[in-house]
Amino acid sequence: MAYSEKVIDHYENPRNVGGFDKNDPKIATGMVGAPACGDVMKLQLKIDDNGIIEDAKFKTYGCGSAIASSSLVTEWVKGKSIDEAVEIKNTDIAEELALPPVKIHCSILAEDAIKAAVEDYKSRQN
Amino acid sequence: MNYFELFNISVSFDVDLSALSQTYQQLQRLTHPDKFASGSEQDKLVAIQKNAQVNDAYSTLKSPLPRAEHILSLRGIDLQHEQQTIKDTAFLMQQMEWREALAELDDNSDPLDVLASLEDEIKHNVKSDLSKLQSLLASEQEAAALQAADVIRKLKFLYKMLAEIELKEEALNDF
Repeated sequence: MAYSEKVIDHYENPRNVGGFDKNDPKIATGMVGAPACGDVMKLQLKIDDNGIIEDAKFKTYGCGSAIASSSLVTEWVKGKSIDEAVEIKNTDIAEELALPPVKIHCSILAEDAIKAAVEDYKSRQN
Repeated sequence: MNYFELFNISVSFDVDLSALSQTYQQLQRLTHPDKFASGSEQDKLVAIQKNAQVNDAYSTLKSPLPRAEHILSLRGIDLQHEQQTIKDTAFLMQQMEWREALAELDDNSDPLDVLASLEDEIKHNVKSDLSKLQSLLASEQEAAALQAADVIRKLKFLYKMLAEIELKEEALNDF
């Protein structure tokens, strides 16, 4: 299967790899896994007092498409409010990276990671 | 297609593997396309299809995870084509830790040792999940089937990890 240039670019030069201290109250952590392929993704967002995402980091164990999808969303969410971030759809990710149908689940993983991180943030607020 | 029916055994997670292999060889012979070399094109085509079914059935029934998935698919739960993610944080944290340990192996002075203990730990988990699966699949209840599906989803991560350990082992032994 041929990867698109954008996937290869994100795979070879992944943006924002790593993590933040998960005990920091500004940090929200989203963990998701795709049983279809056994991929695991951790997405962390640094959120300011106004609910704006200042920074994002990820760690993904999986195929090139999963790594590219998570790398891409760390770029996309920066500067967005949490409400805007959860509007990111897997179809946007799949389209941007030109993912083939068998790799759609990688983009679903990235979308769900954002949602899981925002849920984590909201649960900490209460 | 019910693969258990094809092999003339009852639908169950408990399978006698040596009997399964014997039946496989019989069915293989009966459906082997060479037997139909002098037959019509139609006969040949049917034989090829049957032969492929026999092969698919055997590879599904002989391994616990595909076998369990097949049992659930017969009950209307299709795991093979699902794309949903799982969000069990504690479970995923453990997966992350195992994968990190594997990734950091090269910095270790005795990587094969670390690898062996990682493999032991995961195999221990696989074993306990498989016995859970066995009792869940023995039940006719819908709730048990849904729980079984959840165990299968998690087992997929463990088997993936074991496959990666094996690759790593081979790579290390090459040096």
